[in-house]
Amino acid sequence: MVMEIVCPAGTPAALRAAVKAGAHTVYCGFADETNARNFPGLNFDRTEMREGVAFAHSHGTKVLIAINTFPRAGDEAIWHRAVSDAESCGADAVILADIGLLDYAARSHPGLRRHLSVQAAAANSDVINFYAEAFGVKRVVLPRVLSLPEIAVINAETDVETEVFVFGGLCVMAEGRCSLSSYATGLSPNMNGVCSPASHVEYHDDDGVLDARLGGYTIHRVEQDEAAPYPTLCKGCFGTNGKTGHLFEDPVSLNAERLIPQLQKAGVSALKIEGRQRSRSYVAQVVRNFRATVDALEAGKPMPEGMLARLSEGQAMTTGAYKKTWR
Amino acid sequence: MELTVGANQFFWSADLWASFYDDLANAPVDRVVLGELVCSKRLPFYQDRIPEAIATLLEAGKEVALTSLALITLKRERKLTSELTGMGVEVEINDLTALAYLPEGTRFSVGPLVNVYNEGTIAWLAARGATRVCLPPELPLASVEILTATAAKLGVAIEVWGHGRLPLAISGRCYHARLHGRTKDNCQFACEDDPDGLDISTLDGQPFLAMNGVQTLSDSYACSAYQAEALGKAGVAALRLSPQSSGFGELCRLYRQLLDGKHDATYVADAIGRIDGNIRLSDGFLTGARGADWSGKPAQP
Repeated sequence: MVMEIVCPAGTPAALRAAVKAGAHTVYCGFADETNARNFPGLNFDRTEMREGVAFAHSHGTKVLIAINTFPRAGDEAIWHRAVSDAESCGADAVILADIGLLDYAARSHPGLRRHLSVQAAAANSDVINFYAEAFGVKRVVLPRVLSLPEIAVINAETDVETEVFVFGGLCVMAEGRCSLSSYATGLSPNMNGVCSPASHVEYHDDDGVLDARLGGYTIHRVEQDEAAPYPTLCKGCFGTNGKTGHLFEDPVSLNAERLIPQLQKAGVSALKIEGRQRSRSYVAQVVRNFRATVDALEAGKPMPEGMLARLSEGQAMTTGAYKKTWR
Repeated sequence: MELTVGANQFFWSADLWASFYDDLANAPVDRVVLGELVCSKRLPFYQDRIPEAIATLLEAGKEVALTSLALITLKRERKLTSELTGMGVEVEINDLTALAYLPEGTRFSVGPLVNVYNEGTIAWLAARGATRVCLPPELPLASVEILTATAAKLGVAIEVWGHGRLPLAISGRCYHARLHGRTKDNCQFACEDDPDGLDISTLDGQPFLAMNGVQTLSDSYACSAYQAEALGKAGVAALRLSPQSSGFGELCRLYRQLLDGKHDATYVADAIGRIDGNIRLSDGFLTGARGADWSGKPAQP
């Protein structure tokens, strides 16, 4: 079976672009704190979502709705409403992380297909099977801390479909289990749907040296003519014991394009592209490229040459944990 | 309120590990969680000392629980986790994987690294057998109050992170090994020289984080002295103190005195600062604008 390309859509325009570019599936979120890309000007109101789903369905494309932050105590109704509205908008599945919300969805909306978000960081087959048994989860988005052999083992031991990230931003910490951002800024992926938020970024030019600070912490320093990467905490530059460097991860983004045949052999069902914050032209280009790759693979033809490097905004690329270099 | 000692987060020698729990038998704490939380490669170094530590603590009248690992990926780690239930003491789950091995109806507790953010999650865990939940350190006091009220109705005791470097992230990659140009499988136990984590500073030299193998912690030591009264009023059952390599007995006594009303928060915070003059305190997750904030005055040298 051809591997499913799952594409991000931060706006109705990006959704249409992804659909036209050949995405099998698009994922998006409501314009509030219920999803992990809660950025200004991004995401869908209820009407846009209904129209977006109808447009996608008319082209044979599925739509998944991410409701993957952890509901705030006292305000669970906001997240419950999001699940109900996802169903009434016609979504093909919801992507959830919180066990309270999974339980709610399983009991109140049993007909709505449930995927387990990467924010649940389900990293082995036992816990994946547990989610399937307890909440009827049909697909899991695997955390980006696993190697290819580990992914193959998981697929051999579960009937739950697996979806893996192949392109875009890269978390090096187990997703949904990181509060670096709220420690430094007060806003976190789990509670607010943001990481290292732009509202807390400052750049300081000091005599030709450009400092990037997050929440007042200086975590990048470049000469003025160098590119200044966005100060994401886990890709920042730090000091310890007299050494200075990117102690957690370099400012890289993920590109596992060349690993797609191995991911298929490892039993992966779907390939996910990160980037609901990206433009529609970016989304369209990435989708076309990945669609061509999986179609070639399915037809037994050689994979097209990678053309994604220039889309990574000058950042270096990595295959992340997949190639086992972490282990 | 009671005091719980959480699982040690660091890599200590077997002798330091054993003497820490020997000393705890005489400390004014009610409950002790022990076992390996962070890295399965550390466990063989002190695994054979665990039964004796459990026996000593039980004899001293402490409740004892065994923690699961915080991130379970390998077959060996899954097996290890499945064997926790046979150890004769309660299991504290810190990765939901552990639930896959707990027979329905088994009582268990939930540690601070499981995402418990709302009433629905507590209700589900209670129905599955949870009797105690240590909330994630990230939660603000307003959420703690709501969740404690919910938990009370379900017969679940709530703990709050009371003291110690904050567990901020866990990864499949070992940063101590990476710092030494090694991989995780060939780490050569690069973390063993940092019994309280390795300090990480910003490019301005400002203390910020601490590296602990696959785990990343805060530089600051969370200290709930100023919130203890509000937490008690909210119905929180226990403060959790996280092990540190020196002065821990004194730390336990100070928190006990605070909860007993023998000293006020300012006295206790100052005294904690004097145990190790180099540490910084924070309580921003509970009541500040961000986790790193501290509501007391800067520690006096």
